[in-house]
Amino acid sequence: MIRLEKRQQPSRAWSLATPLVAVMATMVMGGLLFAALGKPPIEAIRTIFWEPLFGEFSFYYRPQLLIKGAPLVLIAIGLSLGFKAGIWNIGAEGQYIIGALSGAGVGLAFYPLEAWYVFPLMVLVGALGGWLWAMIPAVLKTKFDTNEILVSLMLVYVAEQLLASMSLGLLKNPQGYGFPGSRNLQQYDSAHNAELIAGTGLHLGVVAALIAVIFAYILLNRHMLGFHIRLTGQAPRAARFAGVNPTRLVLFCLGMSGALAGLAGLFEVSGPAGVVSIDFNVGYGFTAIIVAFLGRLHPVGILLAGALMALTYIGGDIAQSKLGLPSAAIQVFQGMLLFFLLAFDLLTNFRIRFGTPETA
Amino acid sequence: MKLKSLLATAAMTLGLATTGYAEDKTKVGFVYVGPVGDGGWTYEHDQGRKAVVAEFGDKVETVYVENVAEGPDSERVMTQMALDGADLIFTTSFGYMDPTINVAKKFPNVKFEHATGYKRADNVSTYSARFYEGRAVQGTIAGHMTKTNTIGYIGSFPIPEVIRGINSAYIHAKKVNPDVEFKIVWAFTWFDPAKEADAAKVLIEQGADVILQHTDSTAPQAAAQAAGNVVTFGQASDMAEYGPFPRVSSIIDDWAPYYIARTQAVIDGTWSSVDTWDGIGAGMVGIGEISDAVPADVKAEALALKEALASGEYHAFTGPLNKQDGSAWLADGETADDGTLAGMTFYVEGLDGDIPQ
Repeated sequence: MIRLEKRQQPSRAWSLATPLVAVMATMVMGGLLFAALGKPPIEAIRTIFWEPLFGEFSFYYRPQLLIKGAPLVLIAIGLSLGFKAGIWNIGAEGQYIIGALSGAGVGLAFYPLEAWYVFPLMVLVGALGGWLWAMIPAVLKTKFDTNEILVSLMLVYVAEQLLASMSLGLLKNPQGYGFPGSRNLQQYDSAHNAELIAGTGLHLGVVAALIAVIFAYILLNRHMLGFHIRLTGQAPRAARFAGVNPTRLVLFCLGMSGALAGLAGLFEVSGPAGVVSIDFNVGYGFTAIIVAFLGRLHPVGILLAGALMALTYIGGDIAQSKLGLPSAAIQVFQGMLLFFLLAFDLLTNFRIRFGTPETA
Repeated sequence: MKLKSLLATAAMTLGLATTGYAEDKTKVGFVYVGPVGDGGWTYEHDQGRKAVVAEFGDKVETVYVENVAEGPDSERVMTQMALDGADLIFTTSFGYMDPTINVAKKFPNVKFEHATGYKRADNVSTYSARFYEGRAVQGTIAGHMTKTNTIGYIGSFPIPEVIRGINSAYIHAKKVNPDVEFKIVWAFTWFDPAKEADAAKVLIEQGADVILQHTDSTAPQAAAQAAGNVVTFGQASDMAEYGPFPRVSSIIDDWAPYYIARTQAVIDGTWSSVDTWDGIGAGMVGIGEISDAVPADVKAEALALKEALASGEYHAFTGPLNKQDGSAWLADGETADDGTLAGMTFYVEGLDGDIPQ
């Protein structure tokens, strides 16, 4: 008989090993899935994980990893702060959209003025936009005790409608022949989040993501606020006795994750994407939730998890094109990753026992 | 510009390396915005791809990536196809416009074909279908078929392409049925079965007994079938599985002739950048079989209109026509020019409601 026994202390070893085991299990099960679809499994796995990093055209894909990974990491870092404290911001996608809209709006308002202060202003307003959008669930939670999961999630759909409205109306390119979508910020130097060194994929969003990782690490390990966040997540009652102000914590965690998601949106719209369009958001805000958990809510873990997710996206597209894998199979593959992570996570807090329990 | 030179070098090396090999095999890439199984827009593009395979057999190799988000992801997928040696790449969604132009700059030897856009370059062509011609035929049938004189219309996004379709359908429905009214719901999506079904239900509740859709799923067809007495038309794809009723006809995008011709041009080395906007005449827009649920005289009238549109004898936007605000647009006998049609952002006189901004 197999049964689960709760560990007295969460296992440190399993906590670290879980992500690796989950990745391995995903590779095995994914390989089986690809084989069932009649595709060469080893070749497919190799294409997804190896090709972007060390393949023939890795000179192009490696920079793309930064471009794809940066928004994921930036958003996930913000989310992890709240998640650690049991504050669940599920609406990063909406904050990402609003950040992009408000930042790009500022840039477009200045068009065609070329001045040094345009971009810094956009960054500021982008972060502010995301922050404000996150303040809605935060204030509703602290004032009326509403559920921040629902409110933040619902606001994603509101943000999407706003995005559509902006692409078709206020921010529409006046020289676009009536088609939806804004001017391309890539063609407006003062507002363009260009690569810092051409060809490296290193734009300011990547730098911001790295800075966020460092700051989150310091905050969580060296700062009283970080201690309060961790304490609230692990022992809410103890936190209250320790003098943690839950209202302030909710406002901080939601606000911070909103601001970072807004920044991610701003850097994306002014750089790689270039235009505000109806389909501007591609799910970074939701994928970042997976990244945050895959990274064990630890800043460095999130950095690695973001890189891994970016890898599966880029490799997944290559596998589609080269091997004719359907995109649904790639999505299943990515889903497996989270599924296995959660499944193996069990082993952190429980151990598997064989045989009947000893009578006490 | 290190990336550009790097890419250009890579492209050239590839070009050189694959010249000998490319003589017997031309590689054609397709970038799709939806899944190939959407039953509508992307499905028809993929049918076009399959037609290319059927036509050229071993002489071509086709690759595709589906569900590609517009923006940086599409740029990466195109670059990847070009790096992998594609000679011709079809990018099949409006939102791929700027990415297509960006990638085309880096790969001057690769030919690009962008659907429904307006930006061209030496190695970028654009192509689109005169879908509104099909809408004229559809409007004629719809005007005859409605008993409540209320026709529901599921719009995707208020862009010129969709507005053109609404106007064309309305003009021709009104022509055969002066009492007809259009109710328009904007779904703000190209493909979302749940939203499309909701939109159809709302329209049916408001008394519409004919539903026209400019979205790609079959959900409105299913909703009409459940309602029992509501007429629909297949969109982008034939959707024949819902015939002979509720689906009484359809407008079909047929990209196969164009894709075959352009692939042939690349093989022959005669490819050049063009702007193609073809309709029923060239076979890019097809009218799906009109089912027996439509009375014979209506069917005959619709087919006659189709012939007139195909031969160019009749234009779907022929005056006298006024804009919604009552201002004059086309004088008697005057036809709309392509420029106005391409950027159409107004309703014609008689349509209710505002175009959302």
